[in-house]
Amino acid sequence: MSILGTRVVRIEDPRLLTTGGVYVDDLRVPELAQAARATFVRSPIAHALITGIDASVARGAPGVVAVLTAADLDDLAPPPPDDGSNTGTEGAPLPLGGHWAEPLLAVDRVRFVGEPVAMVITDDRYQGEDAAELVSVDYEPLPAVVGPEAAIAAESLLFPAAGTNVAVTSGAPADAAAFDGCEVVVERTISNQRLAPVPMEGRAAAAHWADGKLTLWVSTQNAQIARFVLAGALGLDPGSIRVVAPDVGGGFGAKIAVDRDALLVAWAAKHTGTPLRWAETRSENLLAMTHGRAQRHVIKIGGTRAGRILAYRLEIVQDTGAYPRMGGFLPFLTSLMAAGPYDIGKVETAYRVVVTNTAPISAYRGAGRPEATAAIERAVDLFAAEIGMDPGEVRRINLVPPDKFPYSSPCGAVYDTGAYVEALDKVLAGGGYQELRAEQARRRERGDVLQLGIGLASYVEITAADAAGGETARLDLHEDGTVTVYTGSSAHGQGHHTAWAMLVQAELGIDMANVTVVHGDTDLIPLGVGTYASRSLQLGGVAVQRAAADVREQGRRVAAAMLEASESDLELNTERGIWQVRGDPEASKTWAQVAEHAGTDGLTASVNYTDGQPTFPFGTHLAVTEVDVETGKAKLVRHVAVDDAGTVLNPVLAEGQRHGGIAQGVAQALLEEMVYDTDGNPVTGTLVDYAIITAAELPSFELLQSETPATINPLGAKGIGEAGTIGATPATQNSIIDAVSHLGVRHIDMPATPERVWAAINEARYSR
Amino acid sequence: MRVTVTVNDSPVAADVEDRTLLVHFLRDVAGLTATNVGCDTSSCGACTVLLNGQSVKSCTVLAAQADGSEVVTVEGLAADHGDMHPVQRAFQAEHGLQCGFCTPGMVMASVSLLAENPSPTEGEVRTALEGNLCRCTGYHNIVRAVLAAASERRTS
Repeated sequence: MSILGTRVVRIEDPRLLTTGGVYVDDLRVPELAQAARATFVRSPIAHALITGIDASVARGAPGVVAVLTAADLDDLAPPPPDDGSNTGTEGAPLPLGGHWAEPLLAVDRVRFVGEPVAMVITDDRYQGEDAAELVSVDYEPLPAVVGPEAAIAAESLLFPAAGTNVAVTSGAPADAAAFDGCEVVVERTISNQRLAPVPMEGRAAAAHWADGKLTLWVSTQNAQIARFVLAGALGLDPGSIRVVAPDVGGGFGAKIAVDRDALLVAWAAKHTGTPLRWAETRSENLLAMTHGRAQRHVIKIGGTRAGRILAYRLEIVQDTGAYPRMGGFLPFLTSLMAAGPYDIGKVETAYRVVVTNTAPISAYRGAGRPEATAAIERAVDLFAAEIGMDPGEVRRINLVPPDKFPYSSPCGAVYDTGAYVEALDKVLAGGGYQELRAEQARRRERGDVLQLGIGLASYVEITAADAAGGETARLDLHEDGTVTVYTGSSAHGQGHHTAWAMLVQAELGIDMANVTVVHGDTDLIPLGVGTYASRSLQLGGVAVQRAAADVREQGRRVAAAMLEASESDLELNTERGIWQVRGDPEASKTWAQVAEHAGTDGLTASVNYTDGQPTFPFGTHLAVTEVDVETGKAKLVRHVAVDDAGTVLNPVLAEGQRHGGIAQGVAQALLEEMVYDTDGNPVTGTLVDYAIITAAELPSFELLQSETPATINPLGAKGIGEAGTIGATPATQNSIIDAVSHLGVRHIDMPATPERVWAAINEARYSR
Repeated sequence: MRVTVTVNDSPVAADVEDRTLLVHFLRDVAGLTATNVGCDTSSCGACTVLLNGQSVKSCTVLAAQADGSEVVTVEGLAADHGDMHPVQRAFQAEHGLQCGFCTPGMVMASVSLLAENPSPTEGEVRTALEGNLCRCTGYHNIVRAVLAAASERRTS
């Protein structure tokens, strides 16, 4: 029986559990033996002109090796001249250039609290903190732009040469006739708040420059893209750069490629000739790592009183923070997935991307798709409440039916395979929906303080959106019968080593204990794309499988020659990992014998798999909350989910991805928000203020199984990494609102804090 | 000042700045890098170690305060012959870790919990681990791992 699809515990774990792994700040390699520490001087002001920097006192402080400012960056080629154009495109996550270009160190203006202004290089970390405080920067404050309204009002401009705070505009103006024929139309402005990704390991980098070669160890989701970005920023030949991603303590999209801070560490190591280490503090991380979400939506939905949705419009304002690092990509993805899993005749989208004096926005687990799902799932519930129909029933009426796949959505996505109604019904049955509604009715009847909320969210998402970028794998089968896999994909918690070893065992019959997986080192793996967009298994996994299949056929040829049999008579016994001649069990060769015979250039294959296409996982989540109507406190008591990501390679890993995503989704609905005051000062700048959800605030999750294979890759796999945030966030939000809907509440923005819930209850009470 | 701490049964002595945190003493002086720093407000618990048998957040203890004490980190948990501690084994068996960064602190907090309460309920595990943040697992499998380790201890 194949190992694929079975529950296999991770081979990564004993090392992590006993040694703690090797994250960037743990590195004790010889190149970093004498490394100094880099500490950033960051802007304490959201928007200001820099009128002077005096580092003379800091330079004399104990242990200071150097203090570096933008003036020291003169050894870099100047950025390309501002031709007034945007260089980014809508469908690709590229930073905008031209007027909107982002410097490495702030030059004459700071645009968010936490922006790097200077670097202090010291012998040790405590000296760095001391010396950074001694760098005197003169600021001339400017009016801060916070929130989409202020950005659009344009009373203050972040980039005066641009003449506007609106960096990207897309989509058609509203079609006045779109909602003709709708018996009911509901419109609402809702917020998808700004979140901090908070990987438990913050950003970290170490750099060494010697003999014309730069080595950067960096906590990243993709060493190869990091090298590409680094080569461009420093004007170096990529061949003279080695980027290594050692163990990486979580990324969630915020560690795609490499931030300006880490680029500066690499530059400073070269500039000063001193090997350097940098590991940010959590407070720095909350201010200066990219944030996610930060969209404001105007949703408009219309349909019949019988529950059929006929038209939907989504207008997005994407707050992109101080620099449009992803261009218009996030709202592009939101627009692409705006229609959700529903068969709606008319769907319109439009978006604007605005700059504000806040930390730049980038990908965060889901990256544009949770926002799309949150908008349509709120809209569906508002529509259901307006027509007085059960929200589960409205979903069933409108979900794309099974006979319509592949389904071309009005937003331009082609949903490959799906069983949307089945997923909904599984969740309703598995969750005991009717009994939950009955319990809700009893509590309402009794006027209980703890009211029950039942929230649904059905979703479809897009994974491996950039599938055409492909992924690489190289497989070497050694003379001792062991295997090394070099993957362009990049693990940071997902369990790639286990999954890739399983694929090798299934294909070659070599025990996964004899498979070593190497990732994240550009000297060993020059070409690769990395891990984001839930792309790893369906691209990188297929690449590994193909490389293994290639080596298997090489082995067949060698074994046939050794056994003097025809290739067609040879069969691989995948239970024992030996080649046998059909009908002659005595005639066999082990992989070690075959590899030895093949010689040093023997059994190896390199694959760059680029035939992939995006896939569209789907599912339904059901959240059950208890809301205290006197205090407004909401607590999640159950969470039931179907997440169908095609054929599952290892249920242990897939479930782990779902658990983590659900927790982050629930946290967005209940707790998390990165808040700035009107002057652009962060008010949730530590983990005391920014509420990461804890074990005590969550129940165990009830995961239901569903596997509808993808047809466009041989593993049948879709992505699973982001399903949790996509489904759980709106299910939880809808649940909280549902708990108090009988009191007249129709909407509560996230996070549904006790204050907001209490205020919504009271507002509904007094407006009745 | 001169500080001597017995770390995982071995004495470590060094002259350190008065303000040196225990976590930096462990990482930079003792060279034991499993214990991680995940925040600067004693919120995340990634740096949890046992100090004289009690779990502490080592970012909130000065090395000077640990002078003369015994510290156990996750590196010191496995048996001398290399077998993992039952809590470590349970974390692997139940997939209680993903990126691994919170794991040393989470394991040490769990060891401490089970020393105080050998048969916790799920709710007690969740409450006891409230000071240890994990961003990957949603805690689901961490809680299962701690319950499994407790169960294994009862039956062995």
